[in-house]
Amino acid sequence: MPKDSGIGASSKRREDVRFLTGQGNYTDDINIHGQAHVHFLRSDIAHGTINRIDTSAAETMPGVVRIFTGADFEALGGMPCGWQVTDKHGEPMQEPKHPILAHGKVRHVGEPIAAVVADTLEQARDAAEAIVLDIAELPAVVDMKAAVKADAPKVHDDLPSNLCYDWGFVEENKAATDEAFEKAAHVTTLELVNNRLVANPMEPRVAVGEYARGTDEHTLYTTSQNPHVIRLLMGAFVLGIPEHKLRVVAPDVGGGFGTKIFHYQEEAFCTFAAKACNRPVKWTSSRSEAFMSDAHGRDHVTKIELALDADNNFTALRTDTYANMGAYLSTFAPSVPTWLHGTLMAGNYKTPLIYVNVKAVFTNTVPVDAYRGAGRPEATFQLERVIDKAAQELGVDPVALRRQNFITEFPYATPVAVEYDTGDYHATMDKVLELSDRAGFEARRKDSEARGKLRGFGINCFIEACGIAPSNLVGQLGARAGLYESATVRVNATGGLVVMTGSHSHGQGHETSFAQVVADMIGIDENMIEIVHGDTSKTPMGMGTYGSRSIAVGGSAMVRATEKIIAKAKKIASHLLEASEGDIELKDGAFSVAGTDKSVAWGDVTLAAYVPHNYPLEDMEPGLEETAFYDPSNFTYPAGAYTCEVEVDPETGVVSIERFASADDFGNVINPMIVEGQVHGGIAQGIGQALLENCAYDENGQLLTASYMDYTMPRADDLPGMADYIVDHSCQTPCTHNPLGVKGCGEAGAIGSPPTVINAIIDALRSGGHQVDHIDMPATPAKVWAAMQG
Amino acid sequence: MTQVSMTVNGKAASGEVEGRTLLSSFLRENLHLTGTHVGCDTSQCGACVVHVNGEAVKACTILAAEAAGAEVTTIEGMANADGSLSVLQQSFQDHHGLQCGFCTPGMVMSAAALLKENPKPTEAEVRDYLEGNICRCTGYHNIVKAIMAASGQEVAAVAAE
Repeated sequence: MPKDSGIGASSKRREDVRFLTGQGNYTDDINIHGQAHVHFLRSDIAHGTINRIDTSAAETMPGVVRIFTGADFEALGGMPCGWQVTDKHGEPMQEPKHPILAHGKVRHVGEPIAAVVADTLEQARDAAEAIVLDIAELPAVVDMKAAVKADAPKVHDDLPSNLCYDWGFVEENKAATDEAFEKAAHVTTLELVNNRLVANPMEPRVAVGEYARGTDEHTLYTTSQNPHVIRLLMGAFVLGIPEHKLRVVAPDVGGGFGTKIFHYQEEAFCTFAAKACNRPVKWTSSRSEAFMSDAHGRDHVTKIELALDADNNFTALRTDTYANMGAYLSTFAPSVPTWLHGTLMAGNYKTPLIYVNVKAVFTNTVPVDAYRGAGRPEATFQLERVIDKAAQELGVDPVALRRQNFITEFPYATPVAVEYDTGDYHATMDKVLELSDRAGFEARRKDSEARGKLRGFGINCFIEACGIAPSNLVGQLGARAGLYESATVRVNATGGLVVMTGSHSHGQGHETSFAQVVADMIGIDENMIEIVHGDTSKTPMGMGTYGSRSIAVGGSAMVRATEKIIAKAKKIASHLLEASEGDIELKDGAFSVAGTDKSVAWGDVTLAAYVPHNYPLEDMEPGLEETAFYDPSNFTYPAGAYTCEVEVDPETGVVSIERFASADDFGNVINPMIVEGQVHGGIAQGIGQALLENCAYDENGQLLTASYMDYTMPRADDLPGMADYIVDHSCQTPCTHNPLGVKGCGEAGAIGSPPTVINAIIDALRSGGHQVDHIDMPATPAKVWAAMQG
Repeated sequence: MTQVSMTVNGKAASGEVEGRTLLSSFLRENLHLTGTHVGCDTSQCGACVVHVNGEAVKACTILAAEAAGAEVTTIEGMANADGSLSVLQQSFQDHHGLQCGFCTPGMVMSAAALLKENPKPTEAEVRDYLEGNICRCTGYHNIVKAIMAASGQEVAAVAAE
């Protein structure tokens, strides 16, 4: 029986009511009396030397408050990078200065050159058109392999080359891995591209800066997944504002998917300009600006090789990847192709030797950073594609080849530095094959063929590392931050609770699911609990929401704080009941003395905490408020198996997804309805990557996809129908090292689905006699049709 | 600047606008009805869908001045008179048809227009009708479910286990 409240219940989301009635409070809904608007004049060329910026005519335009250029920010720090990767020789990565407004050169289309602050947005735009720019265009580099050649134009003149780092992992494994390849009975090689994507949360980014001259306090309202991180990065490294004078608020945020993790120039600008102009300053991104200023995702070019012995056991894996950084290092960019990618190359398999090489490259393109899955989709795509190709070459069943090589004993230390605590990969494989009715596939294929279509079945397994992350470990790996989470639980006198969490909800439904956890622990109604997030002045320190970390890390902090509350409440109850503390039990919102009928209600205990007339004041402070910081001891490792059936029209190359099934192991699940929604969304983004989405540049660095006219977002009719689509999370091996046994579910769909779709397409084409080994994403009709023509 | 007047959610509304002011801006900036969202600049995303004289219209595709004299309904005007959620809004909550909530106003307004012209749409008709509304969070699955359920058709229960 499904539960109707607490942990495991599909509680309806409380946040929905405001969103469904137009009462949400998104950053663009915030307007401050007297605010001015800023419009950024952005580079329309990829690479050039700025000879002159003449703002004199623009400054006389109606409504103009002030015009800023790079010279105004020369003395300030640049945009900081939060992760320093060390290369295979032990040297730190190359880290160029990232100015708030371009200074000296422009390095990508969309880079802000000047900022016009005016009374109205229209006036700011009009004035920007009157700015005269003299920029001498330079040759641009877009292709990563061309960018690392000796004669390539340099994105940063003060760096030795366009190579950010050349990373080897694990360097000590390289010789043994190479040796295993020499001894292999079979080697499968595949070269592929993981296409550049744009995250595209439906709410464009917005920043509103405000400054109180009387108290010297700055406030930034911003569309962020982690307001505390923005406060720290912007305050400490960019503008030099101490945290106690800087408040960052991220109210209702309309989706993030990674791209709202990072600290952006527009946030620093609005904060700075509010003081400089002595007026609140507001910026709202247009969608076109979003395409050329939000950090992009993916963009890897990879060669992967898999070695097998004569019995088809995987003996070694070797990869060579070029990862695009764009023109500057976005906040967490260096970590994505390294520690979020190399560490996942074992996948679900007991491959004993793995060596990963990643060359991170600067190009004249928008910076690239984490997008839903971040490194893990790139790892999964190449691994699961090469396994499918190996199965084809060896003439074995791709399911059997995977099963034969599955890790089955836990904990399992991979050769790429992580230890999986728990999992059951056969269970999710069994489940997905049952859900997808693989046994009935041949009949469905015959039916498709009778209609002139090619039908393919794709299988894929994946693992991810979530619940990011142990601070001491990530510190050793180059993170310039800790990755704990914090929570404060404030119990009010009349028994209601406010939970202030450092996690940030921007669609994930924390206001509902976090309340379910606390309600379950105390045994009270969920509606007695309010979840507060997204405001540095209200919540303790927070590292924010990304990497499927909220329930695993933020939820654990909340559990620890609630445990402290319960421990203190039991002491109060023992005083009120005149019983020994060890005999006090908490159940269904009441404290009782074990083995007796004596009890005291939750509300009586909380009232005693704040009206301490009958209270052990000599032993304990009044009040009932506790804070906990939780630093995870390991990552969590959600895993699963996905299947997809496609039909390909051999006349046109059009691919349609006919069936899709997922079997995920997320450990324990707090709210199944919300979890399934997360998987639906992730799968839609993964199908988007596989079939539709692509961020394209021409050879001059001109962005070709800068609107929804050019960049294909998945629509409702691009996705499988209700009857042929099942998402399942019934296989559960609870995480062994966090108090809730949870693993995280936000990214799984986007990680697991792209290779599933491509594997299905290749299977369909080969069933039609087309000897196609691989198609790069997105598998558009043109590409699929061309592949069929040989 | 010109004065425009219209009826919004049953009440008279007016304001000073430039000739180039879009209806979406007028609703958000002049009338402070911030439930109508703007998610793109090419009339693709549909977050700004409102009803103008009963028809679903992207509020970023018409000028405020063009809507002078019209009857406009926004997401703020969709709840029941007592403030409770309408059948369609309730169905979105019941079937988890929203996550971040940003596309939601446009989705609800489009869905309401669909059900007015086609009270019992098939799944394919719902998906086809939503061509002009982009959602990045839900994968549309639960939106389609919510609309089908609001039309009185049987759909599988959410998170059935």
